[in-house]
Amino acid sequence: MRIEWLNQDTMQAAVPGAGEGIGEGMTRRGFIKAGAVAGGGLVLGFFVPGANRFANAQAQQAKTYEPNAFLHIAPDNSVTVQVNRLEFGQGVQTALPMLIAEELDADWSLVRSELAPAGEQYKDPAFGIQMTGGSGSVAHSFTQYREIGARARAMLVAAAAEQWKVSPAQVKAANGMLTGPAGQKASYGAMADAAMKQPVPATVTLKDPKQFRLIGKPVKRLDARAKSSGHQQFGIDFKPPGAKVALIAHPPVFGAKVAKFDATRAKSIKGVVAVLEVPTDRGGSGVAVIADGYWPAKQGRDALQVDWDTSAVEKISSDKQLADYKALAQTPGTVAKQADTSRLAAAPKKITAVYEFPYLAHAPMEPLNCVVDLRADGCEVWAGSQFQTIDQGAIAKTAGFKPEQVALHTMMAGGGFGRRAVPTSDYLVEAVNVAKAYRAAGKSGPVKVIWSREDDIRGGYYRPAHVHRAELGLDEKGRIVAWNHTIVGQSIISGTPFEPMMVKNGVDATMIEGMGEPYEVPLNLSVHNVKANVPVLWWRSVGSTHTAFVMETLIDEAAHAANMDPVAYRKQLLGEKHKRHLAALELAVAKSGYGKKALPKGQAWGVAMHESFNSVIAYVVTASVKDGVPHLHHVTAGVHCNLAVNPMTIEAQVQGAALMGLGMTLPGAAITLKDGVVEQQNFSDYTVARMPDMPVIDVHIVPSAEPPTGMGEPGLPPLAPAFANAVFKLTGKRLRKLPFDLASASA
Amino acid sequence: MISLNINGKDMQVDADPSTPILWALRDNLNLTGTKFGCGAALCGACTVHLGGQPVRSCVTPISAAVGQKIVTIEAMESDKVGKAVQEAWVRHDVPQCGYCQSGQVMSATALLRANKAPSDADIDNAMSGNICRCGTYQRIRAAIKDAAKTLA
Repeated sequence: MRIEWLNQDTMQAAVPGAGEGIGEGMTRRGFIKAGAVAGGGLVLGFFVPGANRFANAQAQQAKTYEPNAFLHIAPDNSVTVQVNRLEFGQGVQTALPMLIAEELDADWSLVRSELAPAGEQYKDPAFGIQMTGGSGSVAHSFTQYREIGARARAMLVAAAAEQWKVSPAQVKAANGMLTGPAGQKASYGAMADAAMKQPVPATVTLKDPKQFRLIGKPVKRLDARAKSSGHQQFGIDFKPPGAKVALIAHPPVFGAKVAKFDATRAKSIKGVVAVLEVPTDRGGSGVAVIADGYWPAKQGRDALQVDWDTSAVEKISSDKQLADYKALAQTPGTVAKQADTSRLAAAPKKITAVYEFPYLAHAPMEPLNCVVDLRADGCEVWAGSQFQTIDQGAIAKTAGFKPEQVALHTMMAGGGFGRRAVPTSDYLVEAVNVAKAYRAAGKSGPVKVIWSREDDIRGGYYRPAHVHRAELGLDEKGRIVAWNHTIVGQSIISGTPFEPMMVKNGVDATMIEGMGEPYEVPLNLSVHNVKANVPVLWWRSVGSTHTAFVMETLIDEAAHAANMDPVAYRKQLLGEKHKRHLAALELAVAKSGYGKKALPKGQAWGVAMHESFNSVIAYVVTASVKDGVPHLHHVTAGVHCNLAVNPMTIEAQVQGAALMGLGMTLPGAAITLKDGVVEQQNFSDYTVARMPDMPVIDVHIVPSAEPPTGMGEPGLPPLAPAFANAVFKLTGKRLRKLPFDLASASA
Repeated sequence: MISLNINGKDMQVDADPSTPILWALRDNLNLTGTKFGCGAALCGACTVHLGGQPVRSCVTPISAAVGQKIVTIEAMESDKVGKAVQEAWVRHDVPQCGYCQSGQVMSATALLRANKAPSDADIDNAMSGNICRCGTYQRIRAAIKDAAKTLA
């Protein structure tokens, strides 16, 4: 699917200030030499023209913070790239420097990267806000970062030409060195100060992909060594001098409040410095225990006596919710896609299927955390934020400041999978509220709020639970002639600032993405957009986490009904129009040996493919069933992401996303509620994939020189359906429920 | 004050004896390479070596470590096996978000000390307590085997 729901227009409608300076297009947005830095060198940033928040702020002298640099070539030859994204595993802080280094012809061994703080200049050129999501980091910054590199190169060449009194055409730049026609030599670092005096060229010519030396090659991560040796600092590791640690006792039901609490025992714990009632997410309240470190804060929280008032909030129970959803799925909802289904009643073959998907927690390995240093005139915040512009605004609003009074530092994050991109900025707002309460209690100094794993598993913002109901009519040849489909679930977008643009006529675009596509099928699709007191959020690959499973298992059923090979059936449905799908599918089929290679006894093939974030992934898998438990052995991936900027990272992203997709199928991979309370607590009762679950995953990429498309998420959606399709071959049973439950599956 | 031997040095920690080693390392001694993941010995992010054995430092109180040697990720660069594991990690470009990798390296190092040529099943057994949400397991498996070769 195309990510039409998430673009600059939607962001401008949703987020104040989104797109300023970007909305008029990159052409009117100049590059500038950013202010001089300590030690000198060449520093390139952006000039944001016209009326924007920061320019106005400047006029009012209210601005305290304006970072602006993308590239710094220092006299010591080091090349430092500011990455305008959150790095949380996807490899962007290697990929974006690669783009600059390619056009700069830098010496890669001297390239470093830093994560940029929240700043006007760091907005995503396509989204218009600073964020990391929609698998768009490389795709959206592909031209932007290359142009910075090309401009810096041109300035270095111009400076050398001036010094050596030759024409720029006579100066060669390669691998961090400039050379002249008479054998003159200068390193980029040596020429950096002189280059800084050159005008920034208005236009530059970028390399033809055929000239790439770095882009397209497998390049190792810049952070691999630091992350293998314990030296990498994450948000949770950051502790400014004097910082206290806070844990929050959250209400047991979302949005509930403290009725009364007794802090006597908590306060008696050595190291506890304050126990304060604080506002929590969704209009609730909780109790923050602030201490010298995590352990006393945890002990203090364990010792709290809190009576909660849950009378005003809805208390969801998963059993009842599922029954309600199934009943709703029997009735048509709000129309999302229309097609003629008149042939359904008389169709010679029919498939009726009901699918169940649970809530899912993101459970990134680094628990949520946020450091807030709140002062009278502004505040400084350190967090692994995926949503810098939105978070900066929310922090400012909560603290009573202007956004420019909030310095938001982007910290390396230990995973996220969507949990750090929250429209309500829940955990950051709570941290600011703790800091406010702490200050109001007469204390000063920074506060670091840390979530325990239990807080994370029970704290909400889940991939929503869904029920799908499908009725397909097939003709004698097994062709789909009518398809009635209803989806029931909570909208991720409803109630957020994105609603006006991303929920159209009651249909949340993220709930239906991937439905019907890419096949030419007469799909009549409606949705029930249910309200429930459970916070929901995008989870790696968003709507495709459920739509791909439904689509690709149903297509498999249709192929079976047609007595056709599932690959041949898909190819017939694709026709000639979807060349990228065909290429990905054919590559996976060819590399896997599907249809040719004999499998060990007890194993079977499964196939699925799906497009998300403009990339297509096809999986051919092998699986077996032992003692009623499905096992996945081998996965062959065919990937179409256009130009593969860093194949080494792409392979890792596909392997990781596939494993997360496999994780959805494992027993215990579900969040359930009883009387409003989440039943799971930690990795003991919320299953995630572990080493023994890991199949062998071979990744093959379709060669292409077209501009790159997303890679962080697209590897997830087709894994579970490919696995389920293999299990059908082995057992004759259709798995229509995640996590898999073969015992309850119907033949 | 409790006296602990960490990475070969005796250190004084002013903390309650029930304090897990993890928090003494992170909050009292500013050794933040050891990570907090679950607080319940379920994910392995906090793995350190205590008396030569891998333990989950999030549930092991400092009182249980008195008189024993605690070794953390920070000491692996000067450890023959630990260094070989780290170099293999870099060669195979193992980390993604990297948050669990300190614990992975500590578990892998303990495995290779006990078993010079681990099979896939040995690796599954030794590493199944270390969760990686990014899904780096395939590269971890390859890196462990590669490290074993360099140590042979």
